[in-house]
Amino acid sequence: MNTRDKTYSAARMNEAMLSSMQPPTLRWYLLALVLGAVVAVGLYAFTVQLTTGMVVTGINRPVMWGLYIISFVFWVGLSHSGTMVSAILRLSQASWRRPILRGAEAMTVFSIAVAGLFPLIHLGRNWIFYYLIPYPSQYGLWPNFRSPLLFDMVAINTYIIGSGIFLYIGMLPDLALVRDRSTGWRRKIYGLLAIGWRGTAEQWRVFSRGSTLLACLIIPVAVSVHSIVAWDFAVTLVPGWHSTIFAPYFVIGAITSGVAAVITLMIVIRKAFKLEEFLLPLHFDNMSKLLLAVCLLWSYFYFAEVFTTWYGHKPIEWEWFSYMHDHYGLALFIMILGNTIVPIVGLCFRRVRRSTAALLGITLLVNVAMFIERFLIVVPSLSHKNIPFIWGSYTPSWVEMSIALAAFALFFLLYTLFTKFFPILAITDVREQEEALIGQQQLGRARVETLVNEE
Amino acid sequence: MTTEAKDIRWGMVIDLDRCTGCGACVTACQAENNIALTDQQGFAQGRNLQWLRIERYWEGEFPHVRARFLPMLCQHCDDAPCEPVCPVYASYHTAEGLNGQVYNRCVGTRYCANNCPYAVRVFNFTDPSWPEPLEQQLSPDITVRSRGVMEKCSFCIQRIRRGKEEAKLENRGLRDGEVQPACAQTCPPGAISFGNLDDPNSRVARMARSPRRFRLFEDLGTEPSVIYLKGGGHEHPG
Repeated sequence: MNTRDKTYSAARMNEAMLSSMQPPTLRWYLLALVLGAVVAVGLYAFTVQLTTGMVVTGINRPVMWGLYIISFVFWVGLSHSGTMVSAILRLSQASWRRPILRGAEAMTVFSIAVAGLFPLIHLGRNWIFYYLIPYPSQYGLWPNFRSPLLFDMVAINTYIIGSGIFLYIGMLPDLALVRDRSTGWRRKIYGLLAIGWRGTAEQWRVFSRGSTLLACLIIPVAVSVHSIVAWDFAVTLVPGWHSTIFAPYFVIGAITSGVAAVITLMIVIRKAFKLEEFLLPLHFDNMSKLLLAVCLLWSYFYFAEVFTTWYGHKPIEWEWFSYMHDHYGLALFIMILGNTIVPIVGLCFRRVRRSTAALLGITLLVNVAMFIERFLIVVPSLSHKNIPFIWGSYTPSWVEMSIALAAFALFFLLYTLFTKFFPILAITDVREQEEALIGQQQLGRARVETLVNEE
Repeated sequence: MTTEAKDIRWGMVIDLDRCTGCGACVTACQAENNIALTDQQGFAQGRNLQWLRIERYWEGEFPHVRARFLPMLCQHCDDAPCEPVCPVYASYHTAEGLNGQVYNRCVGTRYCANNCPYAVRVFNFTDPSWPEPLEQQLSPDITVRSRGVMEKCSFCIQRIRRGKEEAKLENRGLRDGEVQPACAQTCPPGAISFGNLDDPNSRVARMARSPRRFRLFEDLGTEPSVIYLKGGGHEHPG
């Protein structure tokens, strides 16, 4: 960044970084329309399920959980991006995170919101989902706090609220900036959202303290959320699920898919809003190194899990394992290819780490592989449980597939809307770093003489 | 031989030497408990609603094969894996050792079915239906379950209730063998016995002391209330 001209004005920078918020073009409307249409198809499919029953899904006995739970685990995994990129890198003072963090935090909020829909869609009687909420009822009935599904309910809600606050607080100075640059009713709304941010030294001090504290608090939440999702499986007696390694393994898997998805989104945002001057090869390089590290960890965990199963050769464990091997050989191969072989080999090379085209391919492949991984965790184990008489298989129906697809469309739709209404780059964070070289700061309306440093 | 309600632990003994695999118990169960009928396609897709099934396993190579039958129903485990995982207490344990299911509390997470090692929990994938005139024979004692809820063998809890009520009217405890689930009552060779395991003199308690006794997946620590007596001793090969 220091190659850039020092006289490059702050106003011009704001302009460039707020480019995503310009009035929508026809292309944007078209995109929103297509995404909206896919969501509508998903809604229709859900209506069919709601009015007919779970018979329209591919669920059966013994495979009582299917694509909905797989999607749930996948989206919870994606939601670990923001925490990882924003909170952990903030605490480790990696200043290259700055242009990436907003995009990652927004991704966290939207993917956990999408994830939260799946357990509700998956219920046999969706209309009484509130039985899971501990509310004071006339019957004096409480939900069962021993059930991992209730841990889930609490964890997901905590994470939605926590990551929402994390995103919002981090965005405050930028909202003030948008407020100062907008007019009319927009100014009023952004004014409300900016809750009186003036950019005084005191405000910055509180802001910086608060952000660090939030970063510290959100990390244990994120780790616990995916551990709890893992325990949905690990606490059961189902062969193949009942494994102590599941919680850390799921957390690493979540970070793997989260980091990969952040890179994918960075590439898309950079291209769509022409942010080449802010998202530099350095950022992609560093994120790729992170991805390389978590892919190595994931492979280690997977190997540890599979190796002990294979070596122990307990008949009941071996049954689901060989079933998976025989029936999902291709999927297994794609998973190993996408999570281990391609990223670990590819990301060792600096040229690959700095090439957006190569990275786009690799990161998409990682997430395809992660989706397959979740499928291979849920389905083969359930298909061949303890009782051979009730062995079965599972193929998702069009209803399940439409809803799973609609979830992707919903996520992108929310994301596109977000980029239109909120600054997708953390402007003040980026400028903080930029102007550290110049030694002065123009923030909001106030001029702060002292340098607001990292934490 | 009478027992007081406070020391009841319901249990079942199934003598596999007597089971012929005729399936009368399955039919009786279906009729007794308002279990919806499933068509051929539903069966093929693993969506039948049988609370009780006869599992048939083949032993040996043709022509020296023999069939083994294993009537399989809810084992009413003392330490049931299905109970703690239910987020809404639809699956719960009664004081008499039954594994209860509250239909109108069930939201249909199907977690219990995943965690049941015996795969005896069935899910209502559609609204229940019966071909004419079978809808006329529904029992008024039992709820007709709606779509989206789990169900399973209840050890014919409605018969247990009725038995207890009748005993109470006559101011006495339950007699051994007074309460019988539909499957036990129907079983032509009398392979199924039902009673109070806590009463050491009851038929089931005496049978449960047999050296042929075994329980399914004992290693999982579920402590089932259904005890099987090992069969195969007097069978003719082929």
